[in-house]
Amino acid sequence: MPSASLLQNPRILLTSQTPFHRNLRHHIHTPNALPLQAPLSVTTSPPKSSILEIQKSILSQTQKASDIASEYLARIRQMEPRIQSFLHVAEEEKVMREAEKVDMKVERGEEIGPLAGVLVGVKDNICTKDMPSTAGSKILEGYRPAFDATAVRKMKKLGAIIVGKTNLDEFGMGSTTEGSGFHGTANPWDLSRVPGGSSGGSAAAVSARQCVVSLGSDTGGSVRQPASFCGVVGIKPTYGRVSRFGLMAYASSLDVIGCMGSSVIDAAILLNAISGHDKLDSTSSKHEIVDYASDIISKDFTNSSNPLKGLRVGMIKETLGEGVDAAVTSSIQASALHLEALGCVVTEVSLPSFSLGLPAYYVLASSESSSNLSRYDSVRYGNQIAADEITALYGDSRANGFGSEVKMRILMGTYALSAGYYDAYYKRAQRVRTLIKKSFKDALDSNDILISPAAPSAAYRIGEKTNDALAMYAGDISTVNVNLAGLPALVVPCGFVEGGTSGLPVGLQMIGAAFDEAKLLKVGHVFEQTLQNCKFVPPLLSESYGSDSTQ
Amino acid sequence: MTLVCFRGVKANTFGLFPAHLFRGKTGALFCTLTHSGAKNKIRSESLQTQTASSLNKVNPAQTRKESRRTTHGFEAVIGIETHVQLSTTTKAFCNCPYSYGSLPNTTICPVCMGHPGTLPVLNSKIVEFAVKLGLALNCKLFMSSKFDRKQYFYPDLPKGYQISQFDIPIATGGYVDLDIPLEFGGGHRKFGITRVHMEEDAGKSIHSENQSYSQVDLNRAGVPLLEIVSEPDMRTGVEAAEYAAEMQRLVRYMGISNGNMQEGSMRCDVNISVRPVGQSEFGTKVEIKNMNSFNAMNRAVDFEISRQVNLHNQGQGNQIVQETRLWDDGSQKTITMRKKEGLSDYRYFPEPDLPEVVITEEYVNGLRASLPEIPELKRRRFEQMGLNMQDVLFLTNDINVANFFDSTVEKGGDIKQTANWIMSDIAAYLKSSQLLITEMKLTSEELAVLISSIKSGVISGKIGKEILFELMSKGGSVKSMIKEKDLVQITDPSAIEALVNKVINNNPKQLEQYRGGKTKLQGYFAGQAMKESKGKANPILLNKLLLEKLNAKP
Ligand SMILES: [Zn+2]
Repeated sequence: MPSASLLQNPRILLTSQTPFHRNLRHHIHTPNALPLQAPLSVTTSPPKSSILEIQKSILSQTQKASDIASEYLARIRQMEPRIQSFLHVAEEEKVMREAEKVDMKVERGEEIGPLAGVLVGVKDNICTKDMPSTAGSKILEGYRPAFDATAVRKMKKLGAIIVGKTNLDEFGMGSTTEGSGFHGTANPWDLSRVPGGSSGGSAAAVSARQCVVSLGSDTGGSVRQPASFCGVVGIKPTYGRVSRFGLMAYASSLDVIGCMGSSVIDAAILLNAISGHDKLDSTSSKHEIVDYASDIISKDFTNSSNPLKGLRVGMIKETLGEGVDAAVTSSIQASALHLEALGCVVTEVSLPSFSLGLPAYYVLASSESSSNLSRYDSVRYGNQIAADEITALYGDSRANGFGSEVKMRILMGTYALSAGYYDAYYKRAQRVRTLIKKSFKDALDSNDILISPAAPSAAYRIGEKTNDALAMYAGDISTVNVNLAGLPALVVPCGFVEGGTSGLPVGLQMIGAAFDEAKLLKVGHVFEQTLQNCKFVPPLLSESYGSDSTQ
Repeated sequence: MTLVCFRGVKANTFGLFPAHLFRGKTGALFCTLTHSGAKNKIRSESLQTQTASSLNKVNPAQTRKESRRTTHGFEAVIGIETHVQLSTTTKAFCNCPYSYGSLPNTTICPVCMGHPGTLPVLNSKIVEFAVKLGLALNCKLFMSSKFDRKQYFYPDLPKGYQISQFDIPIATGGYVDLDIPLEFGGGHRKFGITRVHMEEDAGKSIHSENQSYSQVDLNRAGVPLLEIVSEPDMRTGVEAAEYAAEMQRLVRYMGISNGNMQEGSMRCDVNISVRPVGQSEFGTKVEIKNMNSFNAMNRAVDFEISRQVNLHNQGQGNQIVQETRLWDDGSQKTITMRKKEGLSDYRYFPEPDLPEVVITEEYVNGLRASLPEIPELKRRRFEQMGLNMQDVLFLTNDINVANFFDSTVEKGGDIKQTANWIMSDIAAYLKSSQLLITEMKLTSEELAVLISSIKSGVISGKIGKEILFELMSKGGSVKSMIKEKDLVQITDPSAIEALVNKVINNNPKQLEQYRGGKTKLQGYFAGQAMKESKGKANPILLNKLLLEKLNAKP
């Protein structure tokens, strides 16, 4: 079992602690380290909030909700054969009917919600009662939940229109979306590459403007890494900020529903919509909800010379060492420079227990998943293989229904929880988790936010890592620690590396203190709005539309 | 073919789809379960099927055995795991109601069916009940405990794990006191309680007779349970049954469960091993299940003890293996259900969907203050009131009976008389009319009045009995009944004398016979005179005057 070496000998996987010895300033003055510019985006304006634009158009009646909806639907029709972001697309008539309802409300002068007419893609491991929800697994093929996830219910209440269920690695277990039980998804920036995962469908759909915003889920980086691969904004909120009710559990103590959009404001508005305590999820927090969007919408940061003056930013040393693409490192360093230009004080911080995060994460996530996936026994729902006795029914149905990655994690988790191994694996991993929380706390006591790459590389080729689970796991190094600590993190596109026809996007991860999403979103917004010469619209889209009217 | 059958399970059909959930290749598709509306059982149980009253019919030989606690040089070691279903209005982790006997799969929801994306939310009443029972069992409480997942696959376990408590239960290290009825040798016992923990129940699997299909009813899935684990302190069937009976009394006193064994609201799994007297190590442990009365428990345990002792005596001690045996009421035997091959590994780990259960001193003190007097304290108090153990055990068996007794005494009822009335006429009436003591029309106030009316001679005991029946069935007050029906006892000697004279004069023949030596006829005269008085004559006075007249020289 490959997991054995992973579990027992973490050093095999992880970069040895080569100190990031070079002075940051030194780098900043190296012209080579500047982000590779995407050829198509030489002169650009900063990204605008699609949600605000839609709201404005609808209210001013310059554009109807139904026109906007049909625009998106057309793009889905056009792009879907090549990208395959979705496992299920809503019936067009249904979407149009919803949009027309919004138009009617506007005509009657009735109030509309902040998400009115906004087409949302929902990751398929999030329950929607009027659409199938499979978590990308054959074992749930055709399953229709009895209820909407709380996040979905909240979005709908604010006027959102669910346009479809996005593809993912089965039950969220994977980093490429190749682990879907149904089909893969292509990266809109380069169709021969993966969109990342597990929320690959949600990221690709936003990137290709097949929907305005989308919901993903993040257990070990599943929102942030695909956001980075697809050049979109992704936020993983603090654990407990968003109700998990209706999110098909992968690892309950790490899972969180996150938001993706093509601008920070869009992500903030969506997060606003879904945040808050839910009596159906006892792990959801009663912590006060801040209006994440209003603050950044109302202020114009771009006119100020250093809008982030005095903000202390810690660059996590351990995320920029061995195993990280040099070009990615350059992008992040350039981003640090950019933050400095905005008034931040950037220093390097070290999180000594960082390297332990990956094995601890895989032990804990696998353990919990082995338990969470026990319910898929085909007795009450899901695909059942008839058998003459119950153990055969379980065995055949699960063997047939689960993919290999899921089976491997169930086996790993079952092993880690077994009598005699529990202390060596599960318990030890929990101790590591405590250490990691502590080291993050220390780092965030002396810094407002921490930064790192969202992933050690840009999107890789389809099939490149399918036979190397450990290499794939290793790619999660900069994200899993954040889940172990339960902290919020925002990924904002920050640059490009070479690849594809026009470069591949790279995302900057910003990590904040628990429940400090507001700060992350503010910094992310300023960063995004002031980033020069980068336009994160995939070439595919520019080819088709030849303009940036869609963004 | 099967695939079609299960794919379409949707929420809006929860109340409708049948119990059938999985099947063999050749089995029938849909089957519904017949349900028994056996709701009356709880009622009839309260005064008749328990401890003293139930056990004393069992086994006359028991008394001798009980006093010894050993058999042929062997001693049994018995520990009991009791599962008590809590009588909360909703299940442990969802809002479904639960009531025994509902149509299969009608009290279920996505949460207790283990649908994807659902999460448990703890019903705080369970913690309250657990703390109450922990206190009643003199346990130490963990101010911070947690839930864990106990994992195994079974069709009636929807999530593939049971939410339970593993290493940090809510209560540990207590004890329970009880009194063995005199018929079984009597005596006081103190048995240790290892722990009390909270968990959820599983559904029910029902297998067709020809084994071609199985059905699952998830109504019970997620119903809250407390598991009470005893120390291995019991030695005999009687002790085991009395321990269980005391648990039932306790949970009923606390109002946390109906404790009904027939319906499975209280289930006892008994672990039994035997060892030569004087040996300190335990023998091989056998688990017995499926006993649905204290009676059955008593017999099952004694059967199992003698089975094991016999095997030892025949040199076949090695044939005692770790296994689960079922008590078969028909054959009065325990039979092998499954052998345990090694320890099953439940892969417990902390339930990540539920926060820790933290209780405060304040909360505990509040509950402690609200606790009813536990049976043991009641027994000691009643004993001090001068009642004998048999009466004490009878009266304290049901908290409502004990309360009725207390309340009657408080309102002036004579202690011994009150006990007698409750244990004889009232108990008989309740039994025949299948009522709880709280359901009859007679109030403790009126019983107290009745008793003092008899004591003070206002009415005769005979009249008392008559109006008692009416008070129990129709209600009303003793005073108005006496007044209305003119039932006041005739104590005026001249009035009684007139009655006696009348009867003697009307029966010259009998008088002659009496005086001829047939003195038994005194009863006849007394009866006639009493009848003449409509039962109201003071019997003592009447007999005195009657004798005087009968024996007077003509
Ligand atoms: Zn339920």
